[in-house]
Amino acid sequence: MTNDITIEKVKYIAKLANLYISDEEAKTLSKDLSDTLDFINKIKLLNTKGLKPTSNVTGLENVFREDKVSSSLTQEQALSGVSNHYKGYFKVKAVLEE
Amino acid sequence: MIKENFEPIIGLEIHVELKTKSKMFCGCNADWFGKVPNTLCCPVCLALPGTLPFPNRIAVEWCVMLGLALNCDIPVFSKFDRKNYFYPDLPKGYQISQYDKPFAINGSLETNTNQPINKLTNQQIRKKIRIRRVHMEEDTGKLLHATIDGAKCTLIDFNRSGMPLVEIVTEPDIRSSEEARIFLKKLHQIIRYIGISDADMEKGSMRLEPNISVRKFSRNKNQSPNKLKLPNYKVEVKNINSFNFAKKAIDFELDRHISILEKGEVPAQETRGWDEKKGITYTQRTKEEAHDYRYFPEPDIPPIRWTKPQISKLKAQICELPDKKIKRFIKDYKISEYDATILTDELETADYYENSIKYQVSSKKYKGITPKIIANWIINKKTDITKVTPEKLVNLISQKQQIVQMDDKELEAIIQKVLKANPKAVADFKSGKQQALMFLVGQVMREAKGKAEAEETKRFLSKMLN
Amino acid sequence: MDLYKLTITQASKGLKEKKFSSKELTKSVLARIKSIDKLVKAYVTVDEENALHKANKADKLLMKKRADNPLVGIPFALKDNICTTDIRTTASSNVLKDYLPIFNGTVAKKLKEKNIVLLGKTNMDAWAHGSSTEASDFFTTRNPWNLGRLPGGSSGGSAASIMSDMTIGSIGTETAGSIRQPSAWCGAVGLKPTYGRVSRYGIVAMGSSLDSPGPITKTVEDAAIVLNAIAGFDPYDATSSPKKVENYTKDIGKKIKGMKIGIADMYIESSQKNIQEKIYQAIEVFKKLGAKVKNVNLVDPQYAISVYTILQRAEVSANLARFDGIRYGYGRDKFGEEAKRRIMLGTYALSTGYYDALYLKAQQIRTMIVEDFEKVFKKVDVIIGPTAPCTALPLGSSKTSPMFGEVQDILAEPSTISGLPGISIPCGFSDGLPAGLQVIGPQFSEKKIIQVAHAFEQETNYFKEKPKL
Repeated sequence: MTNDITIEKVKYIAKLANLYISDEEAKTLSKDLSDTLDFINKIKLLNTKGLKPTSNVTGLENVFREDKVSSSLTQEQALSGVSNHYKGYFKVKAVLEE
Repeated sequence: MIKENFEPIIGLEIHVELKTKSKMFCGCNADWFGKVPNTLCCPVCLALPGTLPFPNRIAVEWCVMLGLALNCDIPVFSKFDRKNYFYPDLPKGYQISQYDKPFAINGSLETNTNQPINKLTNQQIRKKIRIRRVHMEEDTGKLLHATIDGAKCTLIDFNRSGMPLVEIVTEPDIRSSEEARIFLKKLHQIIRYIGISDADMEKGSMRLEPNISVRKFSRNKNQSPNKLKLPNYKVEVKNINSFNFAKKAIDFELDRHISILEKGEVPAQETRGWDEKKGITYTQRTKEEAHDYRYFPEPDIPPIRWTKPQISKLKAQICELPDKKIKRFIKDYKISEYDATILTDELETADYYENSIKYQVSSKKYKGITPKIIANWIINKKTDITKVTPEKLVNLISQKQQIVQMDDKELEAIIQKVLKANPKAVADFKSGKQQALMFLVGQVMREAKGKAEAEETKRFLSKMLN
Repeated sequence: MDLYKLTITQASKGLKEKKFSSKELTKSVLARIKSIDKLVKAYVTVDEENALHKANKADKLLMKKRADNPLVGIPFALKDNICTTDIRTTASSNVLKDYLPIFNGTVAKKLKEKNIVLLGKTNMDAWAHGSSTEASDFFTTRNPWNLGRLPGGSSGGSAASIMSDMTIGSIGTETAGSIRQPSAWCGAVGLKPTYGRVSRYGIVAMGSSLDSPGPITKTVEDAAIVLNAIAGFDPYDATSSPKKVENYTKDIGKKIKGMKIGIADMYIESSQKNIQEKIYQAIEVFKKLGAKVKNVNLVDPQYAISVYTILQRAEVSANLARFDGIRYGYGRDKFGEEAKRRIMLGTYALSTGYYDALYLKAQQIRTMIVEDFEKVFKKVDVIIGPTAPCTALPLGSSKTSPMFGEVQDILAEPSTISGLPGISIPCGFSDGLPAGLQVIGPQFSEKKIIQVAHAFEQETNYFKEKPKL
């Protein structure tokens, strides 16, 4: 079976996935992805007509919590995982806008 | 002004933040506006590793209620999905939203139009805007753009992250900026009626995104306008925080599109921002972005299945909506459509009005006071309903009315005085000028210092002049 | 007496009878870690000070006879993808190398409330991606039976630590095979509960519709005791089951005479000859115990590999999106090779044009597999078969194929896709390496598979064999 994995496609997917991929990595990845796809493409042979998809095996439905307020973290706790913060805000490089 | 051979095609996407007590998927306080940054966050809404969403029942029910209020079908089966994209304000790297099984679909909202009243039926021409869907999702954090130590950076506050958000999407049925404005006002009114959101534009709890395009107008009357092919492009405008700005932004875009189309070109499909100071829209993100949201069913939240009794119960929780209330007010209280519309503009006013009537009826002391009089006091005398209770208002009207009950002789005396002082007006009237009568009525009422009633005065005046 | 060799049942008894203190027990285990973990490399982090402090606390409770449960004062190791506020939680990844959570995962919380002694956190394939522990961003854990072999994974550190007596109890997590396969390779008991029986809250998510935390222990009874402590509905996990938790030790020791046990040829044939032999021997043991062994037909497990790969990669691609270095941890450039591969495939499978052919199709076949098991469980009480296709492979084996883990877990994938519980127990040795037998039951049949596994364990006594270290 064939698939349509190309270096360009790998780069496009990496962009979607917010991953930086070097040219070298793109090459290896395209081979790995291609091998994996060839393997999993076997399922295309199975007839699944009329079968409902299962995304949850618990059989649970309508699971809600009541609208009650519980305590939040302190600002210090919220920011405890990173060094990059400023006056109580998380800080990142400027995002492109305008 | 839209040139004759072009037709605006406008659809709206509206985001409404619900006023639940807690957030959508965690117990953090939902009253985030104006709070110290990152103080209303927990592991769930900060998307710390291993955390899971647990949906808020009220938020889901309110979304369904809004769907019902917008005449939507509520599908029996519904689910949440993950919408995958990267942006620093989206902590999970995906937004929990709804894709192919939203809570409400195929609704409509009928609004008045700005067209003149139909002379045959003596009624305002109404228009039905179809609602494609109403779905539930979560809000993102807020970004702040700053320059710190000379370097441009973005600051993030996650207090708003995970707030329950309802998205309403219309079909592209709107044909003018004014129609859009009227629709939005009506929607705003309904949302406030059901009490699910403050829909405060300034706080961003109601956000508007018009989708605008323009097509060559077709005059084929046999063809349903909704079946015509839509233009092959569409421009979305963001950052709009008032109905008037929405109208202006749409007008700006329509002009822009037409001038491009007239050159034989097609406007670019894009997202634009609205600059309220300059009154223009601008290209928002020129950086080419890969858009493929890769929706898939949210495995962390079991699906939702409604029973008919559950839906009926939610339907029963929806109060009487403005259109119905207006009709009832006209019929029950014998007031004009104009007055009924004003009184029902906000639910608080409508309730206040009815409470006043109820008090008047129950206390039996105030026989002379009609619903019409009460309406008049609320509308024309601009009663402050937050300060004056309905009981107080009825008392007040009653007191004033007792003063107003000046006897006929007193009124006749004033009229005599006015007629003497205004011989020219009297002559004008006698020569057939009807306006002179109104002038005299005004003079008498002024002389009576508010004790005279207009209709009564007119009746007396006419009698005495003839 | 070497206290570190004790099972939970034995240690708990000794503590209650004041034969030794939790501090003595903890010190013994810590000394064991000190002497052999440099060989086995099961732990990412060991926190001696904290462990001794907790042991003291437990001893006070034991002194006052306030020990209300069998886990008080018992040394435990947790897989390093379970959030703990006292020990960093890395998921064996460079992204979370220095991450100290501000909350405890529900499993950790429940065990801490039972006053266990947390020794440390065990190594795993980074993000639980793998079946070898070779995909850890830090180092490879060794199989205690043969240090040149892999312990399996992803919970390889937990299985290796328990079988080398570097802890008394441990917790692993399974998406497909990650509890059972390393247990089989290391000769431990590994119990993967029904999906939703044990809360996922605070466990670094891998495949959200599949992840199940569960015990890895020295005996079946220990596994039942631990499951009693961690099972139940969690108001932080909407997919956790509201079903009442049973007493999982209740049917331990009950005879399995008359029980209907299914065997599927296709499953047995999917394993190597040396494993098959052990399974056929095991079948004879069950017959001897009075069980009725029946052949059953199940969908070819080959399909489950594809279904599992697609669903898991898709969920992984979304679950790892939150690691952007903004709120915690390091940036996305720190992802290892395997994580990148999985994110990429998942992203591909969900992207426009492929969703229907891959993701949707996989979900439909998932339905087929679920229904298949439902049908079979109308005829038999449990199904038995090999846990893994082979015994522990040499170091380096996982690098040969991007599908290594999926192929190793072929016998766990169909049941995990269906959310079923399974328990792996040792069923003999081949060339000095343990082989694993698994017992699979319908959803929420933990009590029954524990009963069956226990009967086999007590009849065969393989659990008494220990690696020589």
